[in-house]
Amino acid sequence: MGATTTGTDLHAGKLRALRALIASHKRWDLFFASVGVLALMFGILAFVALFFDMAVDGVPRITPDFFASFPSRRAENAGILSAWVGSTLVMLVTALAAVPLGVGAGVYLEEYAPRNWMTDVIEINVTNLAGVPSIVYGLLALGLFVYQFGLGQSILTAGLTLALLILPVVIVATREAIRAIPVAIREGAYALGASKWQTTHDHIIPYSMAGILTGVIIGLARAIGETAPIITIGALTFIAFLPPPPVQATAPFVNFEWLTSPFTVMPIQMFNWTSRPEEAFQANAAAAGLVLVVMTLVMNALAIYIRYRLRRNIKW
Amino acid sequence: MSAVLKTALPVRESPAPESLALKAEAKGLDFYYGAFKALKNLHMPVYEKKVTALIGPSGCGKSTFLRSFNRMHDLYPGNRYQGEIRMYPDNVNILAPDVDPIEVRMRISMVFQKPNPFPKTIYENVAYGMRVRNINRKSTVDEKVEKALREAALWMEVKDRLHDLAFNLSGGQQQRLCIARALATDPEMLLFDEPTSALDPIATASIEELVDELRQRVTILIVTHNMQQAARISDYTAYMYLGEIIEFGETDQIFIKPRNKQTEDYITGRFG
Ligand SMILES: Nc1ncnc2c1ncn2[C@@H]1O[C@H](COP(=O)(O)OP(=O)(O)O)[C@@H](O)[C@H]1O
Ligand SMILES: [Mg+2]
Repeated sequence: MGATTTGTDLHAGKLRALRALIASHKRWDLFFASVGVLALMFGILAFVALFFDMAVDGVPRITPDFFASFPSRRAENAGILSAWVGSTLVMLVTALAAVPLGVGAGVYLEEYAPRNWMTDVIEINVTNLAGVPSIVYGLLALGLFVYQFGLGQSILTAGLTLALLILPVVIVATREAIRAIPVAIREGAYALGASKWQTTHDHIIPYSMAGILTGVIIGLARAIGETAPIITIGALTFIAFLPPPPVQATAPFVNFEWLTSPFTVMPIQMFNWTSRPEEAFQANAAAAGLVLVVMTLVMNALAIYIRYRLRRNIKW
Repeated sequence: MSAVLKTALPVRESPAPESLALKAEAKGLDFYYGAFKALKNLHMPVYEKKVTALIGPSGCGKSTFLRSFNRMHDLYPGNRYQGEIRMYPDNVNILAPDVDPIEVRMRISMVFQKPNPFPKTIYENVAYGMRVRNINRKSTVDEKVEKALREAALWMEVKDRLHDLAFNLSGGQQQRLCIARALATDPEMLLFDEPTSALDPIATASIEELVDELRQRVTILIVTHNMQQAARISDYTAYMYLGEIIEFGETDQIFIKPRNKQTEDYITGRFG
């Protein structure tokens, strides 16, 4: 009887010590969770505060006229027509250049490139390119596209410059999407006698499309806000005309003159307005900023939606 | 002799020797993953329209051997074959560097361990082998898809939903779809790498039944880790250990009277 009692006591003591230990471990969970929440809140609150500040100043200016007017010396008449048209056309060029180049390079590196030191060096460089400051791309483009190739301070130059800028993002996204395809699927295609190109064309590219498009859109969302390289290549800050339209009513129906046209883009228009002393222009800048943020958010939402749509049929 | 194996043995009349023809033969085959020698001097016949099983403990080189038959190893750098696998009736060494691996894969098809349908429709999965061969005429493709699905005992289950995604099928159905995909191009030989290891017992039984029927029209080489399965479905069995073929013979002989002590230990479960 006595032996049992001491046994129980011993047992209870051990259990108490164990619980104390677990409780002390859990204090660290609590500590880290609080720090984490604080860190998260800091980021989110800062963004929300900025966004609201901008919204308060900018929302009254967001009227149909604001989108349909050229910049003007009078703040209340000024709008973002040339800026959003310019941004859209530049993004079009960027996407058309970055997608084939980036996807081509990514597919080549994953599927075709021999595994040797050359490939390793290229891979490391591609990853590093993503970290090169954007103004350096601007400088490169000024020398290469503007002077060397004589493309001028045009939409084409700007589009190609931003394409270079987001190329690493597209390449990395392409490679990651390709790597997510199970080996068994690839081998399944080869086992039926498919050639490398057939496997790439019929399987690798379609199955990695969701990841590739997501990468492209994230890249474009970054590019649309880029200012430094566009200023470097010499975009105008005040422009009161639109590039010639890409399509026309008469044959040959398409027109490529817009590519060589001078232009401005959203962030430059915004920068230009913020540097004006008048209060009214600050409101214009806030409104343009708001439009830009919304454009970026819409692009990100689109990326998520495309990912969801294309991945629906793919389960692995 | 273990009672389990005796009951598992199928009753089958021994093959008439005159009907035996060689479909392929490994002759002094070595295989290297880089510096690692995974197959050592393998000699083995594969008889036409028979089922040959490869058994042995995990890591002994069964998959490596099987994948040499359709040059799967050529997909990865650093792999090297030495010796020959001769294919008949044309008597060509399919491992020779001047033989295109694609040509070999078009003649010898493969079914994998885990069902690996493409994320496409049932129809497109089966039709893919034809697409690869530039066979695109709808009537021809339709006909061959149906034939292959019938041969894979899947037609009745999927004929009303050929344009559904293959992923919506059960695991066993997916594996039969992969068999149909492999059959649709009339291969001379079919390789199976543990085709039932990811399946439940009922799906396993249906695949085994299928293999049993397919032997009438195609030469089959199958890897299995399940000895009862080898005993049930194969005509010939090779026991492998550490990259070597320890014993090859008629399945009945291997399971009832193994000549080699190691083989006997393995199949009676004393080892492995
Ligand atoms: N890609 C590879 N690279 C290097 N060694 C490998 C590779 N694949 C398999 N091996 C090795 O080759 C041997 C045989 O493997 P495998 O043929 O897969 O065996 P089994 O199919 O009989 O289980 C094992 O020792 C395994 O570790
Ligand atoms: Mg294996």
